[in-house]
Amino acid sequence: MTEVLSEQQPAATASDVLLDVRNLKTYYPVLGGVMRRRIGWVKAVDDVSFSIKQGETLGLVGESGCGKTTTGRSIARLLKPQSGQIIFEGKDLLALKGKELKRVRRDLQIIFQDPYSSLNPRMPVGEIIGEGLMVHGMKDRRERENTVKYFLDVVGLRPEYARRYPHEFSGGQRQRIGIARALALRPKLIVCDEPVSALDVSIQSQVLNLLKDLQKEFGLTYLFIAHDLSVVEYMSDRVGVMYLGKMVEMAEAIDLYANPRMPYTQALLSAIPMANPAMRSQRQRIVLQGDVPSPLNPPSGCPFRTRCWMAQEVCVEVNPPLRNVGPEHDAACHFA
Amino acid sequence: MALETEQAQRAPRQEGTPLLQVKDLHTNFQTMDGVVKAVDGVSFDIQPGASVGIVGESGSGKSVTSLSIMRLVERPGWIPSGSIIFQGKDLLKLDDEQMRRIRGEDIAMVFQEPMSALNPVYTVGDQVAEIVRAHHRVGKRAAWARAVELFKLVGIPAADRRVHDYPHNLSGGMRQRVMIAMALANDPDLLILDEPTTALDVTIQAQILDLVRNLRERVNTAVLLITHDIGVVAEMCDEIIVMYGGKIMEHGTTHQIIDDPKHPYTRGLLAAIPAMGMKGQRLTVIPGTVPSPLRMPSGCPFRTRCPNVMDVCSNYPTLKTLDDGRQVYCWLYER
Repeated sequence: MTEVLSEQQPAATASDVLLDVRNLKTYYPVLGGVMRRRIGWVKAVDDVSFSIKQGETLGLVGESGCGKTTTGRSIARLLKPQSGQIIFEGKDLLALKGKELKRVRRDLQIIFQDPYSSLNPRMPVGEIIGEGLMVHGMKDRRERENTVKYFLDVVGLRPEYARRYPHEFSGGQRQRIGIARALALRPKLIVCDEPVSALDVSIQSQVLNLLKDLQKEFGLTYLFIAHDLSVVEYMSDRVGVMYLGKMVEMAEAIDLYANPRMPYTQALLSAIPMANPAMRSQRQRIVLQGDVPSPLNPPSGCPFRTRCWMAQEVCVEVNPPLRNVGPEHDAACHFA
Repeated sequence: MALETEQAQRAPRQEGTPLLQVKDLHTNFQTMDGVVKAVDGVSFDIQPGASVGIVGESGSGKSVTSLSIMRLVERPGWIPSGSIIFQGKDLLKLDDEQMRRIRGEDIAMVFQEPMSALNPVYTVGDQVAEIVRAHHRVGKRAAWARAVELFKLVGIPAADRRVHDYPHNLSGGMRQRVMIAMALANDPDLLILDEPTTALDVTIQAQILDLVRNLRERVNTAVLLITHDIGVVAEMCDEIIVMYGGKIMEHGTTHQIIDDPKHPYTRGLLAAIPAMGMKGQRLTVIPGTVPSPLRMPSGCPFRTRCPNVMDVCSNYPTLKTLDDGRQVYCWLYER
């Protein structure tokens, strides 16, 4: 019921904004030749701006290579962006160094996709969860152990599991451990990077429910990154769609799924395989031609124009900026 | 209500001679900790030209079922009992040479990961031509011509140039098209697709599913689709088999399984998927986790997580055929 309430709250004021990303650019160097010199850049995230309000879930969707994971990792400062600003509670993360950065990192945690490779196999679960606490100054072992046990309980695992090793757990349980690790530092924002895509359907719903419960209990804000469009719709208040490093559409989840404005979003949504035949008959399926262009050599103008059925001359020449096309609805298309 | 969907109409259960009959199939794997019964008494039929989907979560035995049909189960795995009757012959009784001839010619398989299924040091055209020549006495030139023709059939643009590409030159979607071209090279009667789109993005997945649908209209091949995605089977298949813990839970038409699931596991699985318009509602959860294959409960494998569990469930339920023709393995439907 709280979800319904939050939708009726008045429009956000500037002070509600927890995270403000402005003109973020994260490029990867392309090395080549005998000397392994840089011969170009992959613009994984290319001039992306958005903000996340306190307590909301912003979903990011897109296909592989669209830059959604790079965006998440840039925000968690696991990657060093080329330029732009990531303003978290009024401070620009990219300008912070040393102690100040470390303090902010506490508030900004990440849950990874792969519950197998993201947990150190040689560490017992208690140490995996407690390591962050120690780094951030909880030196007392007793206190740490109690905190670990508390958070194991919070994510639905038995406190005595603290002594076990990751290989003793199933995929879903491991993902709970990853969540407990992120949660233990009492962060404000959690970047959830494909948190359920490695899990089976019956386990996936358990983890999604858990993430929703924790959000309520601890007042968390989520950046929820996933390629599964139904999962993102279910979890998010607002959703951003990325394509070839650019944000191409951003709107409230209900609005975006009911009324996508950018052709790419329309195609993406129409491609979701649906079990429910009643829903299937309502939609018009758009099957896109061709593949996503190489990010090494993106097309001029609009990144989507090579696959777009509406493309005109102007799309070759001018990259449409993300602009307002409706209430709380932005799209980057000349014809939206 | 949804009866008028094309699938429901396309799925009359023909009572002809089945193309494939799997009878009480068991496939085991020897592990350090004991024997895993990956497939534990599975029986189903596939009619000529039909499209059957097997859905299940990891460890349900769906992939091992398809590998068993292809006789690709290798040590430490073995098939202790059961029969797989294909066009009147029991595949489990054939010698290796006879089986080799059936594989790729009468039954072809497309795997999940197209990159590891293709040989990186040969051009894709070479690999398709090789398949053609392995089963037919044709010259190199004719085999290459057939390769180009197949590439066109599966919608690879500029087919006459793409045949000279190496697998690494192609995108994931194109590689999967090459795999499908290879599988169709000898007009198989049964095409097994094992998670054909799991490694692909959703817009590319839509292309491949579209291709398979179109191909089915043009070449009369029966399709057995293995997937974890119930949305994919619902869109592609006329019939669905739901597996869990190495056993079949429920087998019926797509319409029956999706609109009116009878087995508690199928019901739980469908309810656990977030669907459009479920915002704000809690997802229904199947409690617990899939039991370890070494410690499968006796009787019904789902009973440890089942909301309708009864005392009798510690015995494996016999097959119940309901009035609508669907098959359920569940004590709830005992009369």
